[in-house]
Amino acid sequence: MHGPLIDTLARQGVTRRTFMKYCATLASMMALPPAAGRAMAEAMASAPAATKRPSVIWLPFQECTGCTESITRSHSPTLEGLIFDAISLDYQETLMAAAGHQAEEALHAAMKANEGKYLLIVDGSIPLGLDGAYSCIAGKSNLDTLKEVAKGAAAIVAMGSCAAFGGIPKANPNPTGAVSVSDIIKDKPIINIPGCPPIPVVMTGVLAHFLTFGSLPELDGKGRPKAFYGETIHDRCYRRPFYDQGKFAKTFDDEGARNGWCLFELGCKGPVTYNACATVKWNGGTSWPVESGHGCLGCSEPDFWDGGGFYKALSMPADPLKMAAGAAVAGAAVGVAMSFANRGKKGAAKAAHETTTLADLEK
Amino acid sequence: MNEMQFLTWVRGQGLDLAVSIFLLGVLWRIFEIYSLGRKKDLAAPRHVAGASGWHTIFRRSLPPEGMMKKSPVTYVGGYIFHIGLAIVVFLFAPHIKLIQSLTGLSWPGLPSQFIDLVAVVTIAAMVVVLFDRINKPVKRYLSTFEDWFTWTLAFLPVLTGWMAVQHLLLPYATMLALHILSVELLLVFLPFTKLFHAFTVFGSRWYIGKINGHKGVAV
Repeated sequence: MHGPLIDTLARQGVTRRTFMKYCATLASMMALPPAAGRAMAEAMASAPAATKRPSVIWLPFQECTGCTESITRSHSPTLEGLIFDAISLDYQETLMAAAGHQAEEALHAAMKANEGKYLLIVDGSIPLGLDGAYSCIAGKSNLDTLKEVAKGAAAIVAMGSCAAFGGIPKANPNPTGAVSVSDIIKDKPIINIPGCPPIPVVMTGVLAHFLTFGSLPELDGKGRPKAFYGETIHDRCYRRPFYDQGKFAKTFDDEGARNGWCLFELGCKGPVTYNACATVKWNGGTSWPVESGHGCLGCSEPDFWDGGGFYKALSMPADPLKMAAGAAVAGAAVGVAMSFANRGKKGAAKAAHETTTLADLEK
Repeated sequence: MNEMQFLTWVRGQGLDLAVSIFLLGVLWRIFEIYSLGRKKDLAAPRHVAGASGWHTIFRRSLPPEGMMKKSPVTYVGGYIFHIGLAIVVFLFAPHIKLIQSLTGLSWPGLPSQFIDLVAVVTIAAMVVVLFDRINKPVKRYLSTFEDWFTWTLAFLPVLTGWMAVQHLLLPYATMLALHILSVELLLVFLPFTKLFHAFTVFGSRWYIGKINGHKGVAV
């Protein structure tokens, strides 16, 4: 097997065998049959040089660039990053050298040259408030840009929780009227890769799938690839046995925390969060939030920011009970009032009671 | 409303509303019922061993002679599901956490696998008791809408809670939200249906025992 990618990898000291192993791992992670690893390797390796590589356009909207940071930093310069050699990333504001009019030209050139074939990646939410004036690029609102670029895309990847579900910009009270990509675009295949930020290998896995099979992987009800978002953090968590034994850390520095017990009581959202952190981990498999001692925030779920507080256990009230005390007082008051009313009734009945004498009966 | 918003609502406003109605209803009825009192019995009391309010509270938890043979499902099923409910409700760690956050009281829980087993047994007992009610002509004749309704109210929280833990049918978050919602429905209706026996059962037994004890009858 050879091709431009294999040559590039060889130049960077990565052997063909390592590349094959990576593809096999990626395929198994995505729950694809073993043969898919080889197919993936062949598809990526034989991706022809520069001009014909699949075009990818990456649009940033209301975002913090954390998604880009995640992908470029944490796995670079490993094989994860090199997957980008199999694609032609034609527009990515953070990574591209061009700026201003040049950047816009690159965008439009890529759109024109790959009409109907390019993959559109979006990170960030789209503001609808004030006619989209909250976020503009090159004098155009994000809404207009998205509609324009999405028209010629083969598929759209909503990268990160903001693009997938609205994310932090959409958090209550949502001042900019932020919405997700799927709220606007209805006629294109959309794959959501939520997370704040999402796991890099999920991104590269989806790209590899697209390159190999020309289609998107199997998705769940929220448009997320099932292979990565098929199970909850809680179900795959290495601290799960402690949950089942009822061993919980009560504070971040008690004995339970030091013993690595379950973080449920400290507000872990693992039970309601679908993501692959517990198995894939972060920073090249180094660690992940729960392993470093903090509960899951549930960042790959819609509206995770408004989930009632990061440090409140899922079984606890999301808000303080505001009416309960008043209701208790009212209940007691009504009860006492009723008891007086009943007493009055009893008294009245007693007063109205007429004594029957023998003489009455003989009448 | 997506499932997380649903879950947050049942954990927030929904819970507030349900707990408020529950407290209002419970306090209202407790004050009203216990302030009614009983008419003073002017007859001289007859002292018979075992005839008192306290005896009756205990004795009514045991089947009267011959009844166990006559109606085993009612007694065995009743025991199992009442004890099962108490274990599941008060000894499952997340439930204790909720009670602690509401009242400040907490105690050690039981392993979740054991709770799981108890939940299954409780569900089975409740289903058996329901079928018995449907099957036995007398029980069916005595049953009103309230009986079927309160059975459902008590059954749904156990079923949905167990299904949530087992990841059956629906995603965990949705099932958890449904579980909390079913508990909230139970809280709302408890003070105003025969489920209120949770608060009055021992009081009414005491009254019955006391009145009969005065007459020298051990019941």
